[in-house]
Amino acid sequence: MNFSLTKEQELFQQMIKDFAEKEVKPLAAEVDDLERFPAETVEKMAKIGIMGIPIPKQYGGAGGSNVMYSMAVEELSAVCATTGVIVSAHTSLCAAPILEFGTEEQKQKFLPKLASGEWIGAFGLTEPNAGTDAAGQQTIAVEDGDNYIISGSKIFITNAGFAHVYVILAMTDKSQGTRGISAFIIEKDTPGFSIGKKEKKMGIRGSATCELIFENCVVPKENLLGKLNKGFGIAMKTLDGGRIGIAAQALGIAQGAIDETVKYVKERKQFGRAISAFQNTQFQLADMNTKTEASRMLVRKAAYKKDAKLPYSVDAAMAKLYAAETAMEVTNKAVQLHGGYGYTREYPVERMMRDAKITEIYEGTSEVQKMVISANMLK
Amino acid sequence: MKIVVCIKQVPDTTEIKIDPATGTLIRDGVPSIMNPDDKSGLEMALQLKDEKGAHVTVITMGPPQADLILREAYAMGVDRAIHLTDRKFAGADTLATSHALAGALRKIEFDLLITGRQAIDGDTAQVGPQIAEHLDLPQVSYLEDLKFDGDKTFTMKRHIEDGYQMLEVEAPCVVTVLSSANTPRYMNVGGIVDSYQKEVEVWGFNEIEVDEKDLGLKGSPTSVYKAFARGLKPAGELYEVGTDEAVGIIIKKLKEKFILN
Repeated sequence: MNFSLTKEQELFQQMIKDFAEKEVKPLAAEVDDLERFPAETVEKMAKIGIMGIPIPKQYGGAGGSNVMYSMAVEELSAVCATTGVIVSAHTSLCAAPILEFGTEEQKQKFLPKLASGEWIGAFGLTEPNAGTDAAGQQTIAVEDGDNYIISGSKIFITNAGFAHVYVILAMTDKSQGTRGISAFIIEKDTPGFSIGKKEKKMGIRGSATCELIFENCVVPKENLLGKLNKGFGIAMKTLDGGRIGIAAQALGIAQGAIDETVKYVKERKQFGRAISAFQNTQFQLADMNTKTEASRMLVRKAAYKKDAKLPYSVDAAMAKLYAAETAMEVTNKAVQLHGGYGYTREYPVERMMRDAKITEIYEGTSEVQKMVISANMLK
Repeated sequence: MKIVVCIKQVPDTTEIKIDPATGTLIRDGVPSIMNPDDKSGLEMALQLKDEKGAHVTVITMGPPQADLILREAYAMGVDRAIHLTDRKFAGADTLATSHALAGALRKIEFDLLITGRQAIDGDTAQVGPQIAEHLDLPQVSYLEDLKFDGDKTFTMKRHIEDGYQMLEVEAPCVVTVLSSANTPRYMNVGGIVDSYQKEVEVWGFNEIEVDEKDLGLKGSPTSVYKAFARGLKPAGELYEVGTDEAVGIIIKKLKEKFILN
């Protein structure tokens, strides 16, 4: 049993905290306010290897661990949850399934450019009528000679428009339900593929969230990811990994809100003393910190198990469920401790509370996580 | 081109506190960092490597935990790291430190030796120039910029009190660099992953060319007489008066202190 970071992880934490503080934090309020995708930050992250942390060196990645990757999403999200989810969706939902399920040719073609950050990645499963119920997919892919012709649409797609590579799911055999879904790799300039409406969101407003439209989109057969009709399993395994990323994002948001609150309560004076001197403040902070530290243990454990190639699906579900609910609770308390100022955009906790909410919803709602956790208990 | 950069691990003085009773630094919980001037010098070396191709070696003298900044240097892109550590070096002031470093540098071939201007813990700015003296090499201190012609000559911009000096210097030479000269790069993630797989060469007294009497406490002419924290200034006297009366009060006070007579 060992709760310590390795020396490499300590060095990495020092670097990523410094990077987040100097390069990411100064833009956080602006990208939220203007709903602006921070492309310049992505470029800086690409330059030092943050866009390919757990991708092996042979495919141009940093050859780091999932623990390191989760630490990166945590530290980026502590100052800007938008930046955290850009890295998480890119890494966990696009590069990771190509690494795990792709052919050698697909890995050689896509991974070096994704890992270097030259290309950004995205993932498309959700549709207007198929969210948690993934079997309700209406996007279809029909075989046509050397190609598949894809028709339909996807919604709420993170990094859409800025991504070059999209891993998407489509029905290849409607009669088979989840056993008739396949995964495909789509490049942005594929004929018949376009980006639709951009969502206006409550939080993570700098991250691009758009519709994907497929109108007789011609995808070469070599872009089928994994085996035909095995796409549902690929999607579920991809989301297991993605949940570590989102749990790390939620953890980061909570920690960021704590950091801001500790600073504020020491400065803010009421009744002649700093509000940190009041026991209510102290007890609230103690609860916030304990739950956030518990979230960190769950996130690190799930990432560690993925690195150790142990089953981690339930661990990832528990980490995401707990970290997301903690982020919501902690940011809510952070706003309360800031009082009226906390409700304004003068202080970052207002943004953090809006950002926290999505972590209870995307990549499997909290309810889905409970289904995963309890199903494993009752099997 | 071969470049050696001297780096030092220092307490992050932006986060340091002084014990008011003893006047000494409270080191507990203060993070250790690579000295900012040295890091700027390292960036200068790495830029020369990126632009012209160079082999970059870093060397530090310090206790075993100073290994961390050598790993950091590997993650930033250096080719070789040397850790000078020996009980015989302990208690060194700047002169003894520079003797030990010069002793090691006699064993390394280089065209350019870079040090930071000064370390944020001691602020002496002595070690770089002392090394140059021991090795009998030309030195340029307070460097803002440096260009290499690709052959033997460096063009240097040196910060002086009221402007800049432009100099041309032939290799081999020693420069001391200001932190304002460069913004150091971040460690690369892949470099961090590999940093502990690489070898840090540990050198002691036996590996270097130096006279033992010049090392450690014995080789250190400096002794600290007393260390104390600067006291707080009193609040001062406040007068709410008109301009003429105020001028009168100021002149009277200056005369009392014999600043005016």
